[in-house]
Amino acid sequence: MKRLRSAGTGQSPFLLAELMAWIRAHGPWRWASQGLRRRGYSGRTAVIGVPTLWLLLFFLVPFLIVLKISVSQMQMAMPPYEPLVTWASAQVMEFRVNLANYAFLWEDALYRNAYLNSIQTAGVSTLFCLLIGYPMAYGIARSKPAWRNLLLLLVMLPFWTSFLLRVYAWIGILKNNGVINNFLMWLGVIDEPIVMLQTDFAVYLGIVYSYLPFMVLPLYTAIEKLDLSLLEAAADLGCRPVKAFFRITVPLTMGGIIAGSMLVFIPAVGEFVIPALLGGPDSLMIGRVLWEEFFNNRDWPIASAVAIAMLLLLVVPIMILQRSQGQQLGAHR
Amino acid sequence: MANARPEQRGEPWKDPGAKPYVRIDKVTKKFGEFVAVDDVSLNIYRGEIFCLLGGSGCGKTTLLRMMAGFETPTAGSIWIDGAEVTAMPPYERPVNMMFQSYALFPHMTVRKNVAFGLHQDRLPKAEINDRVAEILKLVRMEQYADRAPHQLSGGQRQRVALARSLVKRPKLLLLDEPLAALDKKLREHTQFELINIQETLGVTFVVVTHDQEEAMTLATRIGVMNHGAIVQVGTPSDIYEYPTSRFVADFIGSVNMFEGRLVEDEPDYVRVASDELGGTFHVGHGVSAAPDATVWVALRPEKIHVSRERPEGGDDNRVQGVVSEVAYRGDQSVYLVRLASGRQVRVTQPNTLRQGSGDRIRWDDPVWLSWDSSSPVVVTQ
Repeated sequence: MKRLRSAGTGQSPFLLAELMAWIRAHGPWRWASQGLRRRGYSGRTAVIGVPTLWLLLFFLVPFLIVLKISVSQMQMAMPPYEPLVTWASAQVMEFRVNLANYAFLWEDALYRNAYLNSIQTAGVSTLFCLLIGYPMAYGIARSKPAWRNLLLLLVMLPFWTSFLLRVYAWIGILKNNGVINNFLMWLGVIDEPIVMLQTDFAVYLGIVYSYLPFMVLPLYTAIEKLDLSLLEAAADLGCRPVKAFFRITVPLTMGGIIAGSMLVFIPAVGEFVIPALLGGPDSLMIGRVLWEEFFNNRDWPIASAVAIAMLLLLVVPIMILQRSQGQQLGAHR
Repeated sequence: MANARPEQRGEPWKDPGAKPYVRIDKVTKKFGEFVAVDDVSLNIYRGEIFCLLGGSGCGKTTLLRMMAGFETPTAGSIWIDGAEVTAMPPYERPVNMMFQSYALFPHMTVRKNVAFGLHQDRLPKAEINDRVAEILKLVRMEQYADRAPHQLSGGQRQRVALARSLVKRPKLLLLDEPLAALDKKLREHTQFELINIQETLGVTFVVVTHDQEEAMTLATRIGVMNHGAIVQVGTPSDIYEYPTSRFVADFIGSVNMFEGRLVEDEPDYVRVASDELGGTFHVGHGVSAAPDATVWVALRPEKIHVSRERPEGGDDNRVQGVVSEVAYRGDQSVYLVRLASGRQVRVTQPNTLRQGSGDRIRWDDPVWLSWDSSSPVVVTQ
């Protein structure tokens, strides 16, 4: 404290620094941090703790609420489902879990078809995203460094416009008197408009268009890291470029392929907006079923059960995938 | 810097009738405006270890990459074993390369890495297995066959890379800084291993290196490169003892270079007067230069003798100076001797006596430097 007083007012930055140092050395901060550290907590815990808390509050708790609704029964009331816990009498607490919703999902072909249809649509879209995205990412990663950032920016540029607006724009392009049909008829290539809107084709197109950047970015990162001398080594050992691509480039960018595919596949399975706007009445996707159950039928328990089933359907394969990927990564490092 | 290959084989480059195995004919490579390789012509013979030696950016790696097929010459042609390969893609060339970074495939085991090249040739499985086992045994890596590259040490990776490039039995093996990533002890050891393997298999090696000691140890001949051009080609002892230019004399080993004037020019000797030396060199070889021309005399530090007494004989090839620095290196001592002209001369002497015994030369001692007339080399450029 003597040194503190001896520092004049003219040296306020010094004074502040010394004050801070003193507090750190003697104050309650030190006491608290030492106490925490002794119990195994440190600054690292805080850094990880904040996102953990976030996920807990805004992901796990809502998930549990949805889970709870999914095992209750629908009723015409506010809220439109029965509570999980009721008081049968003053002393008897009734805890009712209703699994009928899940049984219903299993029995009714509508839901099964919607699930399968969603997975098929998402799978095909992911494949097309990969087929289009890989050459794009490859081209960007192999372009001159000065060009790369600009090209990446162009890939991300659509994000600057609302997703909804971009999907709406496709209606204008695809509809019977839309841009494409008018142009083709003006050219005289066709006499009658080609029906494109409200078909599966439009849904695929919309999904591939919307999710392509999510495929390109992780692929770019993976390809950019690839050591070019490995391809030279393959050529040197007598491997032609096409074969080297499948033997060297693809296995070594598998991390990017998997990451990009998951980033496209997962949201595409639950996609609602694109099939609703571009798809026909028969393009049944689980996101749409969910919407209808919730807003049209007002059957919250069934809608919740649909959501939980979808989550399980996605999470289990992803976890398996991630485990195998983790093992692969371990082998590469 | 002893060459590890005493002249056990013939010297085909001295035989005008010998057919070169690799012929590089007036090859130039430009990257935009930059001339990386400038009109290089070179003949390399079967069974040689030819070292391309030079500082970074001298074009040695570009020349090697043109032999491998990764770069195409802007002008000129490359021939291997009588066939032109100038425009042949790398996957068709009878050439393999060992990369500086080794470029082992990280997603394959050692065995798969080595077998990769053989698989490209669609050889029968049994033969692939035999040849992989054989080559892994040669580089003493058979017990690591199922490891991944990241589980190996630097030296082990180097051996796998060597095995992978040798297993296809190439006509020509190109090695880009093969030992640069190894530490000094391992490097020395591996140099001799490389020579043994080369002699066992009889493959022609072209080695790119910036390390002159490595070149001296490995090479049958060295091509010294500077600014994209080959400035001298010769055996290690030629390059060291008879440099043809100031650049080569300076680049290989350390040297004392004196500017001087040709005062006497006879077929079997010349005399060069040098103000820097403050005396006259008597050099026991002829020089093709005009009388009175400015020339340079290169004198290796280990070829100078230091003594307190004036050596016997005439006034040529000796000079007086004062010791300004002494560095004890264990096996030898390095003296820096200041001459009357102010010029420092570097002298190394083997420490034949143990430190502390005998009459040693110390700082500020006045000494005489002398050398044999066969020691200095006169260069004109």
